[in-house]
Amino acid sequence: MPWNLDSKRPIYEQLIERVMQDIVTGNYKPGEKLPSVRELATLAAVNPNTMQRALAELETSGLINTQRTSGRFVTDDAGLIQQARQNLALTQVRTYIYQMQQLQITPDEMQQLLAKTLEEGTL
Amino acid sequence: MNELLTMQGLCKQYGNRCVLSDLNLSLGRGKIIGLLGPNGSGKTTLMKLINNLLVPSSGELLIDGHKPGIETKRIVSYLPDHMYLGSWMRVSNLIEYFADFYEDFDRSRAMDMLRKLSISPADQLQHMSKGTKEKVQLIMVMSRRAKLYCLDEPIAGVDPAARDYILSTILNNYDEDATLLISTHLIADIENILDEVVFLKEGRIVMQSSVEDIRQKQNTSVDNLFREVFKC
Repeated sequence: MPWNLDSKRPIYEQLIERVMQDIVTGNYKPGEKLPSVRELATLAAVNPNTMQRALAELETSGLINTQRTSGRFVTDDAGLIQQARQNLALTQVRTYIYQMQQLQITPDEMQQLLAKTLEEGTL
Repeated sequence: MNELLTMQGLCKQYGNRCVLSDLNLSLGRGKIIGLLGPNGSGKTTLMKLINNLLVPSSGELLIDGHKPGIETKRIVSYLPDHMYLGSWMRVSNLIEYFADFYEDFDRSRAMDMLRKLSISPADQLQHMSKGTKEKVQLIMVMSRRAKLYCLDEPIAGVDPAARDYILSTILNNYDEDATLLISTHLIADIENILDEVVFLKEGRIVMQSSVEDIRQKQNTSVDNLFREVFKC
């Protein structure tokens, strides 16, 4: 199954998020070797150059290391992974707040709604 | 000489009718490029010019520094938009045929792909469905280690699941510095695998852009942009 990508946003941004998420959720474990660019591109059904670009960006952030001869590895720095988790969560929170504002829900109401839904455990 | 394919002032007329006029285009190496345009915009004519099946009325077209001819046929792998192989042929005949014609044909690659689709070398083309025939042709074309692949409507006749298979076949089987030129109007299905798109309209290039640029600057998919540009 190709990855589910939004057709309006740049593809490489979405690839970064997806790989980040796979690292944060432990789909790719700390210190584990990542599949090759070609394999990942095929999996996602995207252009290998785009995948390459996304991975390069993840390298800059330190979440992935390249070892010249043996490929790309997930960082074993738990702090960095934790930070990535926070960043992903923050993005979701911003989206949530934006959409609530569209519905003209006040911050107080948002908090009440959150607390109530969490309490009821209905997801 | 870094560009793989260049065109300057390329024109093609059929009688008095100008099908392609004044095309100026250069395509780099290691890219997947979508040649997009509505019916009758000149996509297939351009593919035929690249493959020396037609001769330009004026202007110049160079592939890796050569005019289309014997030299370029060694490095260009072409999938026409219709069936061109004898229907009496078996898959095994095709493999011999391609291996005989093209030095860069990789037999083991072809066998591997055929096995994955459970197509037997003994199968005869005339007993295959339209979609299977198209897959066999694509396998033959992608089994060459060419520098330029010209795929004219590679996904038009197959179901969505087979489309996914064809796209992954394409992604898995071109060398990193090879370029793929894919013509289609099924844009939504292939836009994620493209680096660049070229829009053809009534024989002229109306746009050449990278896909990420389109999404970043215009906040829209290539498919949507196409619908806007070619609105009837």
